[in-house]
Amino acid sequence: MSSDIVLTYDISGEEFSLAGEASVDLKGRLKLMGIPAATIRRATIALYEAEINLVIHASGGQITVFINPQYIKMKVKDDGPGIEDIPLAMSEGYSTATDEVRTLGFGAGMGLPNMKKYTDEFDISSSIGVGTEINMSVYI
Amino acid sequence: MKIDDIAKILDGEILTQNTDLQREVYAACGSDMMSDVLAYVKNQAVLLTGLNNLMVIRTAQMMDMLCVVFVRGKKPNQTIIDMADENEITVITTDKTMFAACGLLYGHGLREASDEQ
Ligand SMILES: Nc1ncnc2c1ncn2[C@@H]1O[C@H](COP(=O)(O)OP(=O)(O)OP(=O)(O)O)[C@@H](O)[C@H]1O
Ligand SMILES: [Mg+2]
Repeated sequence: MSSDIVLTYDISGEEFSLAGEASVDLKGRLKLMGIPAATIRRATIALYEAEINLVIHASGGQITVFINPQYIKMKVKDDGPGIEDIPLAMSEGYSTATDEVRTLGFGAGMGLPNMKKYTDEFDISSSIGVGTEINMSVYI
Repeated sequence: MKIDDIAKILDGEILTQNTDLQREVYAACGSDMMSDVLAYVKNQAVLLTGLNNLMVIRTAQMMDMLCVVFVRGKKPNQTIIDMADENEITVITTDKTMFAACGLLYGHGLREASDEQ
């Protein structure tokens, strides 16, 4: 829709400590728009999980956010390795994260379940060797 | 309790310079796994962790938390402290273990978060 506010973020897969900056930026902008705190929290936590996945599982990707008075819609896309078994990846506790990622506090296998839990619409598609795309929305 | 009380109870050191220590907090959680913290979005305001990196502060920020306690004598670097200061998150470091720190705060009335409305 042309009246949507559209934000795009290129996420680098190089630097783990930068993971989350897009979500922080979005959070600041949503606050300025006067959206309720609990709504902001749900949307930005879902995006934060997706953003971290881009860095730890897919060497980066693109985020596009569409905002209008009805919803916050987030599209997260990468050209990473893809996910072979989506239902398995969606189950709580399933993770292929490396030990290094675990020592940084990630790899509990909770990211995808959290995204689904906090959003009103959630869709994931993926193909091996091509990449992964997540579309999710939070209603305002 | 107030954030100031947390530092006293844990015999901790407050590392941030500019945050308001008189803010009231009622609920806390303790974990080294950030996605576990993110799985329970409630009204907790304090995160206790044995992890020492920037992502801890960013996670607390995403959760609208007011205070992060680094247990077992973990001292975050200045970049981490500055980032917390900018986001009005008080950083406390304590020599207590996770178990002892949680127990002490619980004993003084701090609780788990209740469900978010
Ligand atoms: N963008 C992606 N590209 C490739 N694989 C992915 C991607 N996102 C998730 N996965 C796979 O799905 C698994 C589960 O993801 P999820 O986010 O739930 O957990 P995690 O990232 O391993 O741990 P946590 O999110 O708790 O830190 C990952 O371990 C990985 O194997
Ligand atoms: Mg994840």
